[in-house]
Amino acid sequence: MNNLEQLIEQATADFTAATGIARLEEVKAAYLGKEGSLTALLKSLGKLPPEERKTAGAAINVAKAQVESALALRREALKNAQLEAQLAAEALDVTLPGRGPSRGSIHPVMRTLDRIEQLFRSIGFAVADGPEIETDWHNFTALNTPENHPARSMHDTFYLLDAAGKLREDVLLRTHTSPVQIRTMLAHAEKYRHLDSLPEIRVICPGRVYRVDSDATHSPMFHQVEGLWVGANVSFADLKGVVADFLRRFFESDDLKVRFRPSFFPFTEPSAEIDVAFMHGPMEGRWLEIAGCGMVHPNVLRCGGIDPEKYTGFAFGFGPDRLTMLRYGINDLRLFFDGDLRFLSQFQ
Amino acid sequence: MQFPESWLRALVNPPLSTEELCHLLTMAGLEVEECRPAGADFSHVVVARVLSVEKHPDADKLKLCSVDAGAHGVLQIVCGAPNAAAGMLVPCALVGAKLPGIEIKKAKVRGVESCGMLCSARELGLSEDHGGLLSLPADAPIGQDIRSYLKLDDNLITLKLTPNRADCLSLSGIAREVAALTGAPLQLPAVAPVAPVLEDTRGIVLDAPAACPRYCGRIVRGVNARAATPDWIKQRIERCGVRAISALVDVTNYVMLELGQPLHAFDDAQLQGSIHVRYPAAGERMLLLNEQTVTPTADTALIADEAKSLALAGIMGGEHSGISDATTDLFLESAFFNTAAIAGKARALGFSSDASYRYERGVDFELQRSAIERATQLIIDICGGRPGPVVEALVAEHLPTRAPVRLRLARAAKVLGIDLGFDQTEKLIAGLGFAYTRTVDELVVTPPAYRFDIAIEEDLIEEIARLHGYDNIPAPPPTARLEMLPLPEARRGAMQVRRLLAERGYHEVVNYSFVDADWEADFAGAEPAQLVRLANPIASQMGVMRSTLIGGLVGALASNLKRQADRVRLFEVGRCFLSDVTQEGGGGGQDGTGYHQPLRIAALAAGPALPEQWGVATRPVDFFDVKGELEAILAPRRLRFEPTSHPALHPGRAARVLLEDQPIGVIGEIHPRWHQKYELAASAVVFEIDLAPLLAAPFPVFREPSRFPAVVRDIALIVPQHCALQALQDALQAAAPAHVREIRLFDVYQGKGIEPESKSLAFRVTMQDTRKTLADTDADAAVAQLVHTATEHCGAVLRG
Repeated sequence: MNNLEQLIEQATADFTAATGIARLEEVKAAYLGKEGSLTALLKSLGKLPPEERKTAGAAINVAKAQVESALALRREALKNAQLEAQLAAEALDVTLPGRGPSRGSIHPVMRTLDRIEQLFRSIGFAVADGPEIETDWHNFTALNTPENHPARSMHDTFYLLDAAGKLREDVLLRTHTSPVQIRTMLAHAEKYRHLDSLPEIRVICPGRVYRVDSDATHSPMFHQVEGLWVGANVSFADLKGVVADFLRRFFESDDLKVRFRPSFFPFTEPSAEIDVAFMHGPMEGRWLEIAGCGMVHPNVLRCGGIDPEKYTGFAFGFGPDRLTMLRYGINDLRLFFDGDLRFLSQFQ
Repeated sequence: MQFPESWLRALVNPPLSTEELCHLLTMAGLEVEECRPAGADFSHVVVARVLSVEKHPDADKLKLCSVDAGAHGVLQIVCGAPNAAAGMLVPCALVGAKLPGIEIKKAKVRGVESCGMLCSARELGLSEDHGGLLSLPADAPIGQDIRSYLKLDDNLITLKLTPNRADCLSLSGIAREVAALTGAPLQLPAVAPVAPVLEDTRGIVLDAPAACPRYCGRIVRGVNARAATPDWIKQRIERCGVRAISALVDVTNYVMLELGQPLHAFDDAQLQGSIHVRYPAAGERMLLLNEQTVTPTADTALIADEAKSLALAGIMGGEHSGISDATTDLFLESAFFNTAAIAGKARALGFSSDASYRYERGVDFELQRSAIERATQLIIDICGGRPGPVVEALVAEHLPTRAPVRLRLARAAKVLGIDLGFDQTEKLIAGLGFAYTRTVDELVVTPPAYRFDIAIEEDLIEEIARLHGYDNIPAPPPTARLEMLPLPEARRGAMQVRRLLAERGYHEVVNYSFVDADWEADFAGAEPAQLVRLANPIASQMGVMRSTLIGGLVGALASNLKRQADRVRLFEVGRCFLSDVTQEGGGGGQDGTGYHQPLRIAALAAGPALPEQWGVATRPVDFFDVKGELEAILAPRRLRFEPTSHPALHPGRAARVLLEDQPIGVIGEIHPRWHQKYELAASAVVFEIDLAPLLAAPFPVFREPSRFPAVVRDIALIVPQHCALQALQDALQAAAPAHVREIRLFDVYQGKGIEPESKSLAFRVTMQDTRKTLADTDADAAVAQLVHTATEHCGAVLRG
């Protein structure tokens, strides 16, 4: 039996000495192969007397199982080592940059318009749209600003030439988004003509507007967003409530100060300018003019096909360019229209 | 409207600080745009008399002055001013005085002791005049502090008045407003009629009564036009920003600023016969005071005598109408012109005057007589003279009317959202000085002649809201019926499309809607007659409305390349403007403008396909990269592309984009001929498509997935080089049996093993039946059918 123990010991040592899978298989053959020493011992059992055969056979089988177990252990160890070596070789520099396309950006003023739309959508405002080459009637006359009204000089207007090079007096580049009010009311009044009472109008109208003006703080093209709420019981207090709420949400600043100050627009009465003052930041404490608003003038409601005795409404007009500048601390309006990637890519 | 605080306080003096007064005005709708001190911040400057002037012993340009500063003693001061002369009265800064930027100390100037400084107007911040010492009037009290002598402790307040508040274009008007807001007593100057001492009059004929329903005139003889304007008048008008000219002109300006009534003084010796207010004769020309010759329009009223025209009524005097130093006899005009007669006239002539500015906004039509009396009194006081009687011509039916306006309490409460109460409302209206009567539930208000902005109930509602204070109206979140807005799933907003492009690396730009006419020719092929031209562009290169977004993107690309950007991805969403409404499927007339104004989206890519990065070979962006992006933002809807020609695009690399057989735009490489002109380093690919079709997002349609396995076969077809994929694919699709799910091109090969004039197109054909497992024979038959179709279509052969 001493022989068998030696053999197991020897086999274990030989397996351990084998440093690769291939070598291990060769070593395995020396013990378990056709010519292997354990195979030879099993074959020699036949030569033993029958009474010894059973005991000897059991002992050899135990020894064989131990050798096989040692082999399996060693095989597992070698496989693990091989895998580890392979994994080590496959290691990456995980700090190298990732691959792929880069992200673009949405124009900061469009981000602002999107926020404005979402905020107003949350209280039931839809979005309306209108042409930028607008009729004089929609832009001025229907907005209670007849020809030669001094208020027309508040807006320096771009006019167009016809194909023959003559001035067209009936159309212009809209100077504000307010004409969309008229288009919206007319369409609404027509759509619900069959009803005894009109459903409410709640819309905002964002878009480009144009005035003959160009310097560091004025661009000949800029953005406006008009708001309009018309209904049976819409009041100046409601206007104040909506606008103040909007400004605090837009700037995410609960302590923003908002004030309404009497002003004049031909298409609203009473009219107000809206000023805000921030309690923090570089503009702290200064009143900044931010919008015009008021109760829709009865003449305007009439031009929109709505009875001013039955319905009242408010309208406001914000400058999203200015809102954007205040929100992000942008100091030059012209950056918005310059297409400079170094600027635009900051708004990813 | 600029005015000195001191003048306002002389008329109404509420117990408010300057800051509080400004806040009060702003919050009442008279926005204070600026409030600044009348003089610079300085101290210890007094009135002094120059006793003697000697040459400085050591400096040619310096003088040695001996100065009497009253209680501050006689001082020796070195001075460099050229006008320093014995006897003159000047401001003298004493030792210890602080002037803007200087502190006065006892000093030696070139070895001579100097105990102060004699000052110019600029050194005191009074004007830019630095020509010499400020010469003070002979009666200035020696030793008095110059701040109190010149009344420099005053503020200049500038109001940014809205066009409806013409009544505040005078000190009396502003004072009236302050009195209404504060209840402080109003102390307007008393105007008494000046008794005539002459019988001389000049007839006044109102030939254009609609323009001029009231005209007061008066002769004043024997005036001294050279008399000096008193300091108090000069100071007040100058602090209103009006230049002092001569006593007579200064008085007319003073009365205009004080009362709001523009006045005109004619040299009576130059007038012949009666004064007529009439419309011009055909072609009548006039030389104005500002040396501009105008041909007034037929509806512009003129002031004329029987021989010649004298002035554009209410706008500006004529060259020969005015007074001079030699004038001794005056004809004073105080007239009312209707707003409609003046509105827009001065602007049409390219200027504005104080008179036209007031008349087109509205002048108190009951003010003419008292204004002419006020002016007469001041003229006589200052220039002497003997007045004749005031002649008033009046056509009352052309005066503005002041119809009573109802103010229903319930309506006011509904519009404002708060009920001010009847008594409070009445108090506010009464405070304005408006005449009214009170009934059970309303006030009936007659607006005064000086207010041109009170015509309807809402105007009165604004007045009470304004006086009550907008700040005092609550601002609760409004209540409304909670109704959800529609949310159509088969629509998406432009913002979603923007996000898709931004995620693909594109940066949004906002380009001007007006462009250079060259861009329109180059990128839209616009003929001059098709251009939508601006009548008054801000610059010639912004002279036409764009009909394509491509020009703007190319312009932005060029400017970014100049800023050293190497990879540029841009897009814009905006309107284009087309004059020819038939050109783009009509629709242009729908908005009533006669222009077609579609919203479009365009994108441009230039530079490497991907940002330069490790492990990826860099290659320039090409047509198919951008085509893929366009397809991706429209997915799952399928686009078709047809070769096209377009002025902006490479003729062999341009396609029309079709969606459901409708053309929606173009895609292609920028034509190489524009590279040099627009300084583009390399090729750029653009697309421009209508936004509207992009905003439809198909509602998903469910189809049950097949439970049977799919069979996939690849076929490679050798086709002639010129054979376009789309047509072949259409033919294959049309010929394919029903169980062919998809025929997809997955490889295009040219080169070794393929004839030079041919190419190999490899398709993967996926077949699947919903009712059974496909047999090999079914698949084989389908493939054979497809190959046969291809052969028929373009002579394709199966690649061996």
